[in-house]
Amino acid sequence: MLQPFSAAIAANRFGLGARPGDLAHIGSDPTGWLDAQLKGSPPVLADAALRSSADTIAQSLELRREIRAARQASKNGDTAGLQAVGKIPQLFRPIYIAEVTARFRQAVSTDRPFLERVTQFWTNHFAVSVDKVAVLGVAGTLEREAIRPRVLGNFTDLLLAVEQHPAMLLYLDNHISIGPHSAAARILDGRNGKRRAGINENLAREIMELHTLGVGGGYTQTDVTTFAEVITGWSIGGDPQGPGPRAPGRRFAGRSIGGDTGGFSRGEPGKFLFRPELHEPGAKVVLGKRYPESGIEQGTAVLRDIAARPATARFIATKLCRHFIADDPEPAAIDRVAYAFSSSGGDLPTVYRALLAAPQAWTQPLSKYKTPSDYVISTFRGLELPVGDGRGSLGAFEVLGQRTWSPGSPAGWPDRSDDWSGASALMKRIEWADAVGQRVGGRRDAAGLAPQLLGETLTVNTRTAISRAASAPQALTLLLAAPEFMRR
Amino acid sequence: MQALGRRQFIKNGAFALGASLVTSGVSFARADSATKSRFVFVILRGALDGLAVVPPFGDPDYAGLRRDLALGAPGSSAGVLPLSHPFGLHPSCAFLHECFTARELVVFHAIASPYRERSHFDGQDVLENGNVRPHAVQTGWLNRALAAMPASRGAQRERGVTLGQNVPLVMRGPAAVTSWSPSKLAALDDDTLQRITDLYASDPLLAKRLADALAADEIAGSAQMARDGTDAQPSDAQPTKQDADQLAKRGKSGARYIEVVNAAAGFLRREDGPQVAVFDTTGWDTHANEGSAEGQLAGRLAALDSGLRMLKEQLGPAWQDTAVVLATEFGRTAAVNGTRGTDHGTGAAAFLVGGAVRGGRVVADWPGLSARALYQGRDLRPTLDLRSVLKGVLQEHLLVPYDAVESSVFPDSGDAKVARGLIRT
Repeated sequence: MLQPFSAAIAANRFGLGARPGDLAHIGSDPTGWLDAQLKGSPPVLADAALRSSADTIAQSLELRREIRAARQASKNGDTAGLQAVGKIPQLFRPIYIAEVTARFRQAVSTDRPFLERVTQFWTNHFAVSVDKVAVLGVAGTLEREAIRPRVLGNFTDLLLAVEQHPAMLLYLDNHISIGPHSAAARILDGRNGKRRAGINENLAREIMELHTLGVGGGYTQTDVTTFAEVITGWSIGGDPQGPGPRAPGRRFAGRSIGGDTGGFSRGEPGKFLFRPELHEPGAKVVLGKRYPESGIEQGTAVLRDIAARPATARFIATKLCRHFIADDPEPAAIDRVAYAFSSSGGDLPTVYRALLAAPQAWTQPLSKYKTPSDYVISTFRGLELPVGDGRGSLGAFEVLGQRTWSPGSPAGWPDRSDDWSGASALMKRIEWADAVGQRVGGRRDAAGLAPQLLGETLTVNTRTAISRAASAPQALTLLLAAPEFMRR
Repeated sequence: MQALGRRQFIKNGAFALGASLVTSGVSFARADSATKSRFVFVILRGALDGLAVVPPFGDPDYAGLRRDLALGAPGSSAGVLPLSHPFGLHPSCAFLHECFTARELVVFHAIASPYRERSHFDGQDVLENGNVRPHAVQTGWLNRALAAMPASRGAQRERGVTLGQNVPLVMRGPAAVTSWSPSKLAALDDDTLQRITDLYASDPLLAKRLADALAADEIAGSAQMARDGTDAQPSDAQPTKQDADQLAKRGKSGARYIEVVNAAAGFLRREDGPQVAVFDTTGWDTHANEGSAEGQLAGRLAALDSGLRMLKEQLGPAWQDTAVVLATEFGRTAAVNGTRGTDHGTGAAAFLVGGAVRGGRVVADWPGLSARALYQGRDLRPTLDLRSVLKGVLQEHLLVPYDAVESSVFPDSGDAKVARGLIRT
């Protein structure tokens, strides 16, 4: 028998916050409501204006050429073209805003909020950060193109799609990582006697540390370096002078690989491209296993094996339980989810169902402090607020300290109460709640709304405070500031 | 730290690691002035490249490893600012160099926390938790140090403040601390605030946080008035504006940094305010296109340097009682990587700066950059434990008792002998 607050738990802990009527709809079958969301293909974002990563990168490549030409011209005294320098951020900013708006709108309006939550979980697991300008225009496409279509598929497929997505390659610099014995390295090193080519181990390290095995997952520095060699050549099509601002490849490429000379592959602009000329040749040993030379397949083979290792199952299970259940989840819950991951070969719906079946998920209400993003989205859902166009509606994420897709590091946003419940953070949340209360409180019945949003988790204290409020706006502010609305 | 005894320190002054552990003569003599001591800890997240910010331009292997990124001797084009041979300071760090000349800066090199892997996140965890392993505890060394400090001014108040919305691990723990960050949102009316306070009465976490926030706002509010009012020093206006312009070039992050630095100064200036402030800066993870005298890293260093100058100016006379430590989770590879940047490494650089600092020297047991000297064949070998420096500063500057430093603040740190003589007496 489930606890009496199970509808509220389903909507708030596993969803994105109840809308009026949701709890009644969920009724006495919360797991059924959640389970049903795992059936059918995942929804795509409706906004037809959203562009593909390939389009955006191809256009930024054009701009990059323009900027280079302008810089060259300015050396000869012609500074007229220099305003081109700011054009890449100008291109990216409206794309970013459109992507965030579409995602926010989806989160506020969806009838499958659990699916949206797991989507957001994976995006944060495979985090890129828009404070690196090169990914500002394509951060949204990582979620839309690589993650969203695969959240109900298999983890290995999700992993492969993410690691080959241009946003990830750009963010962690792999598109310009060069095998020291590759064809490109031979040309570059021979050119002036100085070594210029080499690997960049950023993506390889973060795949092992953050995307799969986790720290302590049994890999060594040698594994990281060798794996980085394995995935040399995983790059992006187009002019190899490099996508994105200040791509380091441009220096060597401009001399020897770029343009129409050199005979190097170009591929489709902005799309994933395996560049054999950058790939470190030869068999390699990663995590004790030998992988014969097989071009791009060498990397996919390593990724498949890493995805299937028990350390990966445990790492993912721990993060899922921490995200959905509690900061320090019971070992039994982690075991259950890790077992589901391993025994199903990474079948994600099986993993989610194991999470829902963990008793701790239902017996301990309000164990998670909402992130700013959770808080804003649950407010918009609960009050049925419209998500406008442009920057206006998005400001809340920024003001409350969680600008979308900007965790600042590939580790993503942290996921514990202490990371979000700082004094200043709480004060801002309350001030924002008050601003919302002032603006729409006059048209809301907070006392009637409270049980609809919080169900059995609504306390007598909060109910009393709302009923005694001096005004309708103040009543709404108190509802949004209530301890049980701060948590999920 | 045994290796230290075998090598020659490179320094201008005396630095007696592993010397007598008797502290009473120093600390009790300064018991009165200690109440005025201010401490700022700046976390440089992302692994600052120590070989870029403090280039050992006189090391025979430096130029070969750093290639295009290498900086030249002082006075040459793209040359460093002179420290003591073989070290220089990155040309973007004009203020830090002035402090060096004024003997208010100690530069540490080949320094590291006990962490020896290369994960940012675990590295930062160890940098902040003060233990030898990541995730060993959920509290930070600075908070535990605050808890162990002798009672002094503002005993009823928070002794520490974080400039940011949330409190980083280094400041979490038993001692009362608060966080503050500038808000564009309107303040609540008193009645609503009172009702929310009542609503939180039975929720210990939220009640505490709200009370902390109100206390911080009160201090920040009066600090703001002081800054806007008559006690602002006219002579400060000019250079502050220049630095503000320098930071403004960095857009939003620059603007945030100005606010953070001003707020930190505002808190610390107050006689009844917190004595310890923490803030962090990001963007040091230079895997690609790091740049040398100019470029990505140079721009960030210039902003950091300008912010420190603003801090000094805003602190006014309180600068004389202030020590600032800047530290990062680990260093970066000795050699340039394939993308004209550097990957995660080990030995790093750190800074101790302020009017209270006995500076003007580089403290390094320099291991060299030859292939044999490099740690695991790739990184600057760490020869100085960051905890030695922190332990010295906590004892000499904040008068944290020796026993507490060795037990609760930095457990299992016996190998990291206390660095003495870092603070003016």
